[in-house]
This record gives sequence, structure tokens and C-alpha cells, in this order.
Amino acid sequence: MTDTQGITLVSFGFFGKEILEKTAEAVGQEFNLPVMMREGHLDLSEYFDPVRRQYNGNLLLRKVDSLSLSDTGKILGLFSVDLFIPILTYIFGQAFLNGRTGIASLYRLRNEKYGMTSDDELTLARFKKESIHELGHTFGLIHCSRPECVMRSSTYVEDIDLKEGHFCMACRQLLSPAGQ
Amino acid sequence: MVRKISILIVDDEESVRDSLYNWFIEDGYRVESAENAKTALNMLEAGSFDIVLADIKMPGMDGLEMLRRIKMHKSDTIVIVMTAFATVDTAVKALKDGAYDYITKPFDPDDLTHLIRNATKQIALEEENETLRSQVASLENVEDLIGTSEAMQGILHEIESVAPTQSSVIITGESGTGKELVARAIHANSPRKFFPFVSVHCGALTESLLESELFGHEKGAFTGAMYNRKGRFEMADNGSIFLDEIATISTKMQVELLRVLETKTFIRVGGNKEISSDFRVICATNKDLKSLVETGTFREDLYYRLNVVNIHLPPLRERKSDIPLLAGYFIRKYCTQMNKPLVAIDPAALKKLQEFDFPGNIRELENMIERAIVVGDGKKITVKDFPGHKNQPDLPETESLEDAEKNFIRQILLKYEWNISRSAKALKVDRVTLYNKIRKYGLTPEDQR
Repeated sequence: MTDTQGITLVSFGFFGKEILEKTAEAVGQEFNLPVMMREGHLDLSEYFDPVRRQYNGNLLLRKVDSLSLSDTGKILGLFSVDLFIPILTYIFGQAFLNGRTGIASLYRLRNEKYGMTSDDELTLARFKKESIHELGHTFGLIHCSRPECVMRSSTYVEDIDLKEGHFCMACRQLLSPAGQ
Repeated sequence: MVRKISILIVDDEESVRDSLYNWFIEDGYRVESAENAKTALNMLEAGSFDIVLADIKMPGMDGLEMLRRIKMHKSDTIVIVMTAFATVDTAVKALKDGAYDYITKPFDPDDLTHLIRNATKQIALEEENETLRSQVASLENVEDLIGTSEAMQGILHEIESVAPTQSSVIITGESGTGKELVARAIHANSPRKFFPFVSVHCGALTESLLESELFGHEKGAFTGAMYNRKGRFEMADNGSIFLDEIATISTKMQVELLRVLETKTFIRVGGNKEISSDFRVICATNKDLKSLVETGTFREDLYYRLNVVNIHLPPLRERKSDIPLLAGYFIRKYCTQMNKPLVAIDPAALKKLQEFDFPGNIRELENMIERAIVVGDGKKITVKDFPGHKNQPDLPETESLEDAEKNFIRQILLKYEWNISRSAKALKVDRVTLYNKIRKYGLTPEDQR
């Protein structure tokens, strides 16, 4: 067991209560750790890139990491804005590998962004997977090649849909010293 | 244990270096970065990296100059250039100078992932080939015997076993499978390697010409024989003689040959002096000699004298996994010969090659690649560079249209490891359509494992 005491989900901006609660529940079950929820407050305009009309994920990740939102354990910053990193056109989220903090965004997980009918259940499922995925990185897990594993790299939402919201056996074994 | 692929990121922008660093770290690569070309070259000097991802525009030495320097000293390193201002000229220049590919900033995450994944696959393939080669490290002059397939590795081991002996060898296999290359490899790895390897294409010569070719002739032996001439057996003294298309020789020549093999002596045509020669005989045929013996076309005693060791070369269609390596080898060979920059091969073109049956085997593949380099655009070999090459695939057993569609989609998904975007692109449908089809047919990654 490491010094991991739990996971804190910090929402920045507006989120429905249900999506946060259900995501927290899924994260708690998957990591078998207590999950706390809290609200964070940031002036997101500081992270907005007017040329790309997106929010800089690198700067946001560093900022969330510096906020000391939890004394111990892992932190996942939840956003509902479109994230990018300078070299990539967009990201769903990112995290410090084996670090303390990750971020995930709901923005590109919604069906409506792709011209399809809104599907709240699907959006929730994607958000749960993305949250677990980024937190998995904070526990030192790298991308997994197994199609069903939540740690498989996903560059499109359909990729997220194809994987499950759980770790494969191999990833779970790697995770186990940290909290399983 | 699988080693970690190493990536060196070279970019003067810290945010770019950090972004790429974090992205690749999550994929499990060993990642380091440099803020300029000079630092990067020093890092390459001190250690090795599999992949260098370099920005073109940097203060001081630019990415293209760095690429040239890397290729001069570390030609195996895969260099991918990044540019914020893609121009065809810059890209072509980079590719001509040996870049593996180029990518325009900012990248689509999927494009970056696949670019790096393809590069790592190439590294893995080359390493596998290198490993297998090192297992037969004692073999020399086998550079042309390309292949990591089990069949090809078996052949290399057979060569290794038979080469040091004095035994006669028959190499069988369809035309174009590389029989002469195997014969040369046997010779090159034998104690006779410092002496001649003499090749005779028996099928190309009439009986009288073959006789003169093998045994030589004395001046005046026949019209036009103005000088004494050494025969091939004589020339092969202390070396090896390779008799290709052995099944085509006449019954009379078979008798002559048997006698020579038994006594290692012969008389030149038109001469009367017995000449001795110490040679090893290696034969090749694309015929089934055993059945020719049974039908009485080939002498049984000669067959047993020649057939001490038999090495059979499988047709290319039975070792299709070697096609990518062979294609890469021929691309390097012909681009070098034609003094052209190395061209890439489009995955679809490679797939097409792997679908062909290649009745002409490796020779046919080699000709196709040579032709494609001549007629192609000089950057990438595509399917259109293989015109007129018809191949009728075997028709599957009758199945419904829906089953056929389901199976085809399943195969494509498997091929692209369930990457929807790539699979959809391969199927020429949008991702939503593919997603709907997956749901319709109840396809899941699990039932493909």
C-alpha cells in the first residue's frame, strides 16, 4: 500500500449532480478506494487560446496539480470545456504518469458534438471510462493494448465505447500494490 | 522482456516538448527531449534512440540539416519531421533526405498514434530479422536470402549444416524461389569459399554446347573452336559447380555427368588428355526429379549421386509473411541502383502484394518492385504502380451477403486492432456507419480473441 489515501474528483464549471455522483461511484468501485467530490474554482479564461478556441490542457493540469486540493491521494480535475495540448488538435484528458493529478473533459464525449442524437447514458459511460483512464495513469499505468481494457488509448469517442470501464487483469495486477 | 522503444523529441518550444513527452510516456515509451538540434545530436552521439521526432524550424541548425547528419551517422534511426507550415517542397525534401515521414502541427491524436505505432512495428520487424540473422551468424553472403518466416529460417539452418560438408546438394523449388542464391550461400560458407563458384544453366544450352561448356574443348574440336577452352568443371577446381535446371539434360549427358561425378576426371571435347578437377556439385531443378526417375527420364544412379542433401525452397505464396521484408529489400536495392531516394510503400500496396499468388515467386516480386520504382512518383509505391497484375482470389464458400459483410468487417476490425477510425477508412464508410454495423452484427473485441 502506498500513501494513497483516496481519490478526489474536483469539478470545475457546471456539471449535473447525477453525472458526478455516478462517475465517483464507478471510480471508487474500480480503484477500491474512497472517493471525495468537491467543487473547484478557476478563471478558465486564463487558459483559453483565442486562436484555437480551446483550453490549454497542459496549463490546466499544472494548475490543478498546484492547487493542493487534497492533502493525500489522487486528484482528477473535471472540466466541460474543449481541451488541447499545443501539439495535438484535442485531448479528452491527460494526467501526470505516476503523479498526483489528472484532468478529464466532458466536452468531446457528447454525441451532439459529432452530429448524432444526444445520449446521456452513453456520455456518462464515456466520462466514467475517461476518468478511470486518467486516474489509471496517475497510478503509473501506461496504455494497454488489450481492446477491452479501460487503459487502452482512445483517440475517438467510438474507441472509448469499444472498451470497457474496467482494468484488464494485467493492468489490475500492476495496479494492485497501489490500492487493490 | 520487450525492450522500451526510445523517442527523442527535438523542438525549441517547451510546450511542444512537454506535450509530446507526456503523450508518449503514457504510451510506455522511453522519452527524452532536446531544445535544439545541437543538443539532440550530442544526445544521439552519447546514446541511441529508435525514433527522433524533430521540428523543421528551429533556431540555429534546422531539422532538415539535423536529419541529414543523423542519416549520415545513424542511418537506422527513424526520423519523423514536424512542421507547422507544411509545404510539399519541405516534405519532399525531408523524405528525400531519409525522413520516415512528416507530420503537420498540430496533429490529430489518432494520426500521431498511428505514425509512431507504424514506426515501432518497422523497428520490431527489423530487430526480429536481425535476431534471426544473428542466430545464423556464422553464415556469410546470405544477405539476399530474406525472410523471417519459419520456412526461411529452416533453410538458413540447412545451409549452415550442409555448407561445411563435401556432400552434393539438390535444391528444389519453383522458378524464382532463389535456388541459385541458396547455392551461392552454401558455397560461400564452405571451405571452398576462396575458390570459384561456377554456374551453368543447363536448360539454356543444347546438348553439344553443354558438353563443350562443361568439359571444355581443344582447338579445332569443331568449326569456330579456334582456341583451347577450359570447361566449367575445370574452372570449378577446388570450388563449387552449380548445375541449374539439371532435369533438362539429355540421357547422354546424364551418363557423362555420372562418370565425371564418380571419377572427378574428364576429357575436353576434341582432346585426349584426362583432366582432374576437385569440385563440389550443387544442382537445382523446378521439376520433381523422383518422378522423372520413375518415368525413366532421369537416371536413378545419377539421381542418388546428386541427391545426398535436398533443400526445398517453398514458393512465395507459402511464406507471404516475408513479403514486407522482401519488398523493403528490393526497394533499397533498386533505389540505390537507380540513384533515387528511398521510396516508401503504401500499406494498401503492401497488402495487395500479400494478396498476390506470385506464380513467378520472388523474381516476380522483385520485377514488380523494380517496375513500381521506375513508373512511380518517387515518393511512395501505391497499388496503381502495379498495373495489369491480375490475381483471382479464391472464392469463399457460399454465404449470405450479410454474413459476408459481417465477416469482412470483423476482419478489418481485427486488422486495425479495433481502431474505428482506421477501420472505417479502410472500409470507406464513416465511423457512425461502422459503429452501427458493429452494433447490428453484435461484434465485440472479445469474440475475436
